[in-house]
Amino acid sequence: MKLLLVGEYREGRLLDTTAELLGFAAAISGDASLFLVGSAEAVPAFSGTLYLADAKVYGEYNPEVHKQLLLKAVQEENPDLVVFVHSSYGWDLAPRVAASLKLAQVSEVIGFAGNAYEVGCCNAKMHRNVTPLTSKAVITIQAGAFPALQVEGTPSVKVLSTDAASTTEFMGYEPAEARDVNLAKAEIVVSAGRGIGKKENIELIRSLAKAFGGELGASRPVVDAGWIDHGHQVGSTGQTVTPKLYVACGISGSIQHLAGMKKSGFILAINKDKDAPIGEVADVLVVADLLQFVPALTAKLS
Amino acid sequence: MKILVCIKQVPDMESHFRPNGSATWFDESDLAFRMNEYDEYAVEEAVRLKEQLGGAPEITVLSIGPDRVIEAIKKALAIGCDCAVHIKEPDVASKEPWQIASMIAAYARSKQFDLVFTGMQSQDRGSAQVGVLVAELLGIPSTTTLVGFAWADGVVTATRELEGGVKSKVRLKTPALVTCQLGLNSPRYPTLPNIMKARKKEITTLQAGELSSEKPLTGSAAFRHPEKRGSGVVLEGSVDELVEKVLVILKDKTAVLR
Ligand SMILES: Cc1cc2nc3c(=O)[nH]c(=O)nc-3n(C[C@H](O)[C@H](O)[C@H](O)COP(=O)(O)OP(=O)(O)OC[C@H]3O[C@@H](n4cnc5c(N)ncnc54)[C@H](O)[C@@H]3O)c2cc1C
Repeated sequence: MKLLLVGEYREGRLLDTTAELLGFAAAISGDASLFLVGSAEAVPAFSGTLYLADAKVYGEYNPEVHKQLLLKAVQEENPDLVVFVHSSYGWDLAPRVAASLKLAQVSEVIGFAGNAYEVGCCNAKMHRNVTPLTSKAVITIQAGAFPALQVEGTPSVKVLSTDAASTTEFMGYEPAEARDVNLAKAEIVVSAGRGIGKKENIELIRSLAKAFGGELGASRPVVDAGWIDHGHQVGSTGQTVTPKLYVACGISGSIQHLAGMKKSGFILAINKDKDAPIGEVADVLVVADLLQFVPALTAKLS
Repeated sequence: MKILVCIKQVPDMESHFRPNGSATWFDESDLAFRMNEYDEYAVEEAVRLKEQLGGAPEITVLSIGPDRVIEAIKKALAIGCDCAVHIKEPDVASKEPWQIASMIAAYARSKQFDLVFTGMQSQDRGSAQVGVLVAELLGIPSTTTLVGFAWADGVVTATRELEGGVKSKVRLKTPALVTCQLGLNSPRYPTLPNIMKARKKEITTLQAGELSSEKPLTGSAAFRHPEKRGSGVVLEGSVDELVEKVLVILKDKTAVLR
C-alpha cells in the first residue's frame, strides 16, 4: 500500500508527531512518501520521496495554500492513503483534501484490521470500525496511538510550488500562558472533573489533595466554566503530569485528558459510571458518588 | 448580514450505550438527547455577534435528524437564533460526514450566508469533518478550533487553539465558516420568557432526500465497548467499605501512603 504521510512543521521546526506517522507506516507495512511544508536545510532522515514546499515562501499553516501543495503531491505520488496526525493541523487540512478528491476520510484512527480502521466514539466510551468505500482514502491518526519511529536515510526531494491565492491570513502565534502551578513535578495530583457538579465542590477535591499532600488538577470543562484557572488543567491542551499517584474525581477519561495523565504511576478514578473510559487506564475504579466518597476518604486520610 | 449555525443533537455521554441491530451505531431507545456541547458555543457566539451589531443579523439554526432534534432547535431559538431549518432524516445515524455536509451545503448554497458557525466536532461521532467539508463544498474560506472570535467590517479575526496551550491568530474575509472549540465563550441558559418567545419562531422542514442524494463514502461496523486494556480493578459497594479497600490498595501498591 502506498502512503503519503503529511508531516508537520511549525516555526522552523519539524514536530515530533511526524515520527508517529512513520510508526503508523511501519505498523501497516506501507510504502511511504512524505509531504512537508518545511525547509530544505533541515530535511528529516527518511528514505523515500520527500515532497517539500518551502516554509519561507508558503509561511506557517495556511489552509488553501497547503491544500493546493498537498494536492500536487497526491497527483504525482498517487497514494492509496493520505495520512495526517489528528492535530490542529491534520483535522483542519485533511477534510479539505478529502473534499477536493471526493475521498473517504476516517478521523482519529487508533488501529486497523484489513481495510477497516478502528476509531473511538461517544467521547471514547465506545469503539467502532470505519471502512472507506472509495478505493483511496484520507485518514488522521490519533496522537499517541502509534509509537514514534526514528528512521535513517536521506530522502529524494521533490520541490513543490504553487501560486494558489491565500484565503486566510496568518497573523502570528500566542505562546502558552505562564503557569503559576507546576503539576509536572508533583508526586500526587488530585483532579476535579465536571462530575463535581458545581464550583463550590472544588473545595472537596482541594481538601482531598491536601490530605494526600498533593496538588490540585482539573479537566478542561472545570477550567472552561471558570471554576479554576487554566494553570490546573491536565491534558493535551493543558499540562502533562506523571505523578506517582493520580486521582481522577468525576472525570470521564476523554482521549485529550488521558493524553495528559495516562503515564502516571498509579491511577485511582472515582466515577459513578462503571463504563466511563477512565476505567481503561485506571488501576482502581471506584464506582461511587464522589460527593459521598471523596469527603469520606479525606476524613480517613486526615 | 445573514448567519447560519449548524447544530447536532447527541446522546448524553453518561448514558449506557448498546449497539443497534447491525452494530453500525448505538441503539437509540432509552437514550436522552441534548445539543452537542461544541455547538452550544457556536450558537452562543452567533448570538453574541448579533447583539454586538444591535440585533441586525438574522440567525438561522439548522439541524439534521428525526423529529427529536426539534428540541435542540428550540433551545437554540430560545438562546437567540431567529428562525430554524429542520432537515428531516429519520435514519440520521446511517449518514456519514460527507452526506451530512452535502445536505447542509445544498441548503445553504443559494442563501448567501455571510457567516456559518459549527462546533469543531460532535461528541458522539467526533470526526471533526462536517464544518470544513461544508465550507469546501460552498467554496468559502474556513478555520477551525476557535477559542477566540471577532468580526469587524466583513473580516473575521479568529484565535485557533493549537497543541500544548499555543494559539494562532488568523484573519479571513466573509463569507466564511468557523468551527467552535470548548471554552470559546460561556454559553447562556435560555430564560423562561425567551423560551416562550421562541415558540413563535418559524421552523421550516425540508426532506433530506430532496437536498442531496450523495452516497456514503465510509461504512461503519462493530460498534462496541473497547476491549479493556489495563489490569485495573473495579470496586463497588458502600462508601465505608470502598474507603477501606482503597486505603489498603494504596498502601500496598503505591509508595505515597505510609
Ligand atoms: C482539541 C481538544 C483538546 C482538549 N483538551 C483537553 C485537555 O487538555 N484536558 C481535558 O481534560 N479535556 C480536554 N478536552 C475536552 C475533552 O474532550 C472532554 O470534553 C473533557 O476532558 C471532559 O471532561 P470531564 O471528564 O471532566 O467531563 P465529562 O466528560 O462530562 O465527565 C464527567 C464524568 O463525571 C462522572 N460523574 C458525574 N457526576 C458524578 C458524581 N456525583 N460522582 C462521581 N462521578 C460523577 C460522569 O459519570 C462522567 O464520567 C479537549 C477537547 C478537544 C476537542
